[in-house]
Amino acid sequence: MNWLTPFLKAVSAVVWKDLAAELRSRELLSAMLVFALMVIFVFNFSLELDVQARASVTTGVLWVTFIFAGTLGLNRSMAVEKDRGCLDGLLLAPVDRTAIYFGKTLANWVFMLIVAAVVLPLYSVLYNVNLFIPGLLLVILLGTLGYVAVGTLLASMAVQARTRDILLPILLFPVALPLVIAAVRASSGYLTGAALDEIMPYINLLLVFDVVFAAVALITFDYIVEE
Amino acid sequence: MSDPKPRWLSILDVVTIIILTAATLLVFLYAPTEQTMGDVQRVFYFHVAASWTGMLGFIVAMAAGIFYLAKKDLFWDVVGLAGVEIGMVFMLIGIVTGSIWAYPAWNTWWTWDPRLTTVTIMELAYAAYLMLRAGIDEPERRARFGAVYALIASLSVPLTFFSIRIWRTIHPVVVAGDTSGTFALSPKMTTVFVFALVTFSLIFVDLLWHRVRLGLLARRVEEKKLRLLD
Repeated sequence: MNWLTPFLKAVSAVVWKDLAAELRSRELLSAMLVFALMVIFVFNFSLELDVQARASVTTGVLWVTFIFAGTLGLNRSMAVEKDRGCLDGLLLAPVDRTAIYFGKTLANWVFMLIVAAVVLPLYSVLYNVNLFIPGLLLVILLGTLGYVAVGTLLASMAVQARTRDILLPILLFPVALPLVIAAVRASSGYLTGAALDEIMPYINLLLVFDVVFAAVALITFDYIVEE
Repeated sequence: MSDPKPRWLSILDVVTIIILTAATLLVFLYAPTEQTMGDVQRVFYFHVAASWTGMLGFIVAMAAGIFYLAKKDLFWDVVGLAGVEIGMVFMLIGIVTGSIWAYPAWNTWWTWDPRLTTVTIMELAYAAYLMLRAGIDEPERRARFGAVYALIASLSVPLTFFSIRIWRTIHPVVVAGDTSGTFALSPKMTTVFVFALVTFSLIFVDLLWHRVRLGLLARRVEEKKLRLLD
């Protein structure tokens, strides 16, 4: 367990760096939040979210909002590293490179959870539904974790390409879609009060996705940042 | 420096053409007409065989990705790209032939059945693979990123295959341990089915060989061009 402490230290240093930078600039979160609210507004008018429609599409609207805002955050979080040569600085640090990956992933996760923490109460107020169901919160935790786990990896790839502004969603959505399907089905299950044994397969699936994505990223991140 | 076409490749070309003709004749003349679905069931032989070939292409791409990351030999990059391109074409053939079968059988060209959906996601993922490659100029980095993304995209391959068990589905199970939900094949049908599988596997080997050879030649042209410019 000797290697664990410096590893965790490095991870928390990267997380702290991202959070501190965000606290000072508030560039990322404000953009993600405003964007998330606008997505909900667009949905409101394009889907005419009346009582009947809402019951069936709430979870879909929520997850689309989360993943769109998440894509925005993921792209930005890696782009700032690349632009000012910060990534090279990070890579020069004498730490395990997967620590950088986990640090960035955790920071992105925190950002997505903050967006969720704002969107959920707001949606509840706007449409008079109670979204604070423990199961739904669990699904959001698991779903966003898997999303940022693979998203951070793909974002670090996308920012190194010529077409980086458009590449991330194209790379990310087909890979993340199975995860989104599981998350949406599990969320709907909790919202409609379905039986637990109907929801559990999707929760298990989310857990599997989280583990698989994190493991693949762990193995491949070295190859993406090497020069 | 010339690089003649290998003799074995020419032989394989001819064998493949002959066997494909034979398979087509078998499907239309030898295979019995299915009782409930009628003649449209004949599309099944090439549908499964094409999908199988598509799957093979994606598996080759994944394996080539792993080999590339381990060996850092650009040869494996060429193989990976070949696998993806062939896989995409045959998966598309699988989707289209499936559609042809689905209209009389399900009364719709397309349904959002889990297996259909996941196969489509797979196609999209490999389209993204090609776009990723197009966005990177440096060959070595393009190979590295391609290998990593092929690995990630291949996560959708087992997902596609097992989705039929995880989600409820109306897609028939052909290759399965338990026989519930399968449609029964008569001995003659099984013969044609296996023949079609072998045929498409041969086509796959033939095309892969051609594409890898083309890729290697293209790389040599590239290198010569660079040397001339220097």
